[in-house]
Amino acid sequence: MTRLLLSALILALGGAAYGLATDRARQLSGGKLSNLHSRLSYYGFFVALWTVLPALLLVIAWSIAEPMVMHSVVQSQLPADILTKSKAEVAMVDSSIGTIADGFQRLTPTELAAALASKTSLVDLLGSKGVALGTEPEAFQIAAAQQLNRWSDLSRYGITTIALGLAALGFVLSMFRLTGKLRARNAVEKIMLAGLVGASTVAILTTAGIVLSMLLETIHFFQKVPPQDFFLSTVWDPRFSAAGSTGTAGGQFGLLPLLWGTTYISLVALVVAVPIGLLAAIYMSEYASKRVRTVVKPMLELLAGIPTIVYGLFALISFGPFLRDAGAAIGVPVSASSVLTAGFVMGIMLIPFVSSLSDDVINAVPQTLRDGSLGLGATRSETIKQVVLPAALPGVIGAVLLAASRAIGETMIVVLAAGIAANITVNPLQPVTTMTVKIVSQLTGDLEFNSPQTLVAFALGLTLFTITLGLNIYALSVVRRFREHYE
Amino acid sequence: MVAASDASVLNGSGAKTLTGPGAHSGKISARDVNVFYGENQALKSVNVGIPERSVMAFIGPSGCGKSTFLRCINRMNDTIAGCRVTGKITLDNEDIYDSKLDVVQLRARVGMVFQKPNPFPKSIFDNIAYGPRIHGLAQSKTDLEGIVTASLKKAGLWDEVKDRLKEQGTGLSGGQQQRLCIARAIAVGPEVILMDEPCSALDPIATARIEELIDDLRKNFTIVIVTHSMQQAARVSQHTAFFHLGSLVEKGETQQIFMAPTDKRTQDYITGRIG
Ligand SMILES: Nc1ncnc2c1ncn2[C@@H]1O[C@H](COP(=O)(O)OP(=O)(O)OP(=O)(O)O)[C@@H](O)[C@H]1O
Ligand SMILES: [Mg+2]
Repeated sequence: MTRLLLSALILALGGAAYGLATDRARQLSGGKLSNLHSRLSYYGFFVALWTVLPALLLVIAWSIAEPMVMHSVVQSQLPADILTKSKAEVAMVDSSIGTIADGFQRLTPTELAAALASKTSLVDLLGSKGVALGTEPEAFQIAAAQQLNRWSDLSRYGITTIALGLAALGFVLSMFRLTGKLRARNAVEKIMLAGLVGASTVAILTTAGIVLSMLLETIHFFQKVPPQDFFLSTVWDPRFSAAGSTGTAGGQFGLLPLLWGTTYISLVALVVAVPIGLLAAIYMSEYASKRVRTVVKPMLELLAGIPTIVYGLFALISFGPFLRDAGAAIGVPVSASSVLTAGFVMGIMLIPFVSSLSDDVINAVPQTLRDGSLGLGATRSETIKQVVLPAALPGVIGAVLLAASRAIGETMIVVLAAGIAANITVNPLQPVTTMTVKIVSQLTGDLEFNSPQTLVAFALGLTLFTITLGLNIYALSVVRRFREHYE
Repeated sequence: MVAASDASVLNGSGAKTLTGPGAHSGKISARDVNVFYGENQALKSVNVGIPERSVMAFIGPSGCGKSTFLRCINRMNDTIAGCRVTGKITLDNEDIYDSKLDVVQLRARVGMVFQKPNPFPKSIFDNIAYGPRIHGLAQSKTDLEGIVTASLKKAGLWDEVKDRLKEQGTGLSGGQQQRLCIARAIAVGPEVILMDEPCSALDPIATARIEELIDDLRKNFTIVIVTHSMQQAARVSQHTAFFHLGSLVEKGETQQIFMAPTDKRTQDYITGRIG
């Protein structure tokens, strides 16, 4: 029985257990449900969880452990001279045994026995069954494959029997515990809580894992390139490192040009996005009638749903050439990919982000403050300028910082619109490049994983992560302080 | 949003006196005022006159429309989407719902103190200076300081805050905040002050101070106060109007309303049988 089928069966048993348990609980109540400690469904869940959980956990645990067990079974069958060979060769033998074992599974036992006795070519026989072998297997490989098959049969039947047994045991034991006084609700909710805690642990652990793996690769990088050459150098020239090369070709990995490009483009984007987004938010929350708001707000938020690659395409094929032609017409040299192109298009992308966050913040300013100002004879615009916006300012700052951290991490637009030349220039009509662009370009193509040319991507990624994390934490704390102020 | 029933009376045509039931020639006069929130009618044909330089109290059970009527007097209802006012309200015989009237000027003349103190998140000084600044009432900095000081003194808050004018207004206690809001309203130099349950969040001592203050303000201002406390209405007001289910049931001198109400509902309310 496959794992999937087994799991489905266990779940089905759980469903049945639920039905039986609720019936039983209803009986126990003697017709008066208030005699029971918990509501009927809790008794059902109680028994169902006892039936399903232990069995299912066992199946999952075994699915994780099985490959390791099987691996050691195979290893124990290998002759000593093979084990002393290089890692890659052992792995090759390992996988060939897996293939042979797979092939044997497709033969009936009699076919197999006949084939082994008559020494017919296994390559031909298994080939006819759709399993391709490179060379005629040696005796120890055949033995190991047979052993492997015996163990996996054992494992398959064993796990099915044990899991079903466990389900039955859980069902019977929990049914016995079913009395009117059983605190089924408390037990069930404890299990639910454990599930929730488990889910959040997974989220936290994965984040930690990601950071940790980045950190490891970054440390590798800094073993090859000293940190000051990364953080303080103004030259980005990683050179090329092809697969198979020794990876010692000395490139220069200066972060500063990329940091500059990232910062410059983000600033241009914010200069575009913040005024427009903020004014749009003010219009929407203070002036727009309900009807206008119900139409315009979703439309603005639709902008936020456009994949950034589409903005990138827009920058690449429309806005960039437009700027270049416009520049040519008035005699100003503009390159098709430039700070301005990328920043402007990224700014458009950020408008809905800024406006919807600011809109929330402005709406959170209590109406009583507006009333107080209007009641003194202030006009609407005086009220907005002098009361609403100052009150909303911390929240707006938070919104801008969050937008900034998105701008810094944005990849697709800059890949297509900013260029790939690592310049430090203040001229917005020149191409620059960003950390994200370089991460992409250092990791695409045919590459040697251990070279600094590749590893630098992780150092860049970790730097980017640190910057945006810092910005986000600061922004969230600003926004939170603002919320506390008014709630 | 807002419609005046008949705008035939031009601004400043003070010669026209209003007659009819309840239309006293006072500072403020309302005739046949109806207010609708969407489909719901919150006020039904309210007629009342509010005499100058005195205190008028609005009493009545919760939801009867006291706040709604108060907000009509300085057109704060304009800010509520779906609120519609018909009928006529005059201030010094000018129709305040006339399309030629500037609502900003009206609110400068008719100030409002809200039920919940709502100081701006600014310094105490700036809270008071806010109104004078937007209306350009002060020629110089000393002028402005003079207005702020005088307003705080009139509101009975000066002694408590004179050394901390730069601190945030929101950092004051509830009672202080309410007096700050009163000072803020006074600073603009209004003719009428509308107060919506100004003491509902205050302790008896702060309440007593504000009642004293109202009594004091009466010399210069016309005051309308909404209150749920019969005792407070009896203490501070000269005239009282009783609202019930959106109608103005009875109005008159406070003495007469409390001693000899003519309507059964008024009698029931002030003796605590409805409400
Ligand atoms: N903004 C609004 N939108 C819709 N209906 C409203 C609004 N404000 C008030 N109302 C309705 O108008 C009626 C009168 O409300 P109002 O606030 O004037 O009562 P009130 O006499 O001040 O009551 P309270 O003593 O509880 O403050 C109520 O039925 C209320 O539901
Ligand atoms: Mg009210």
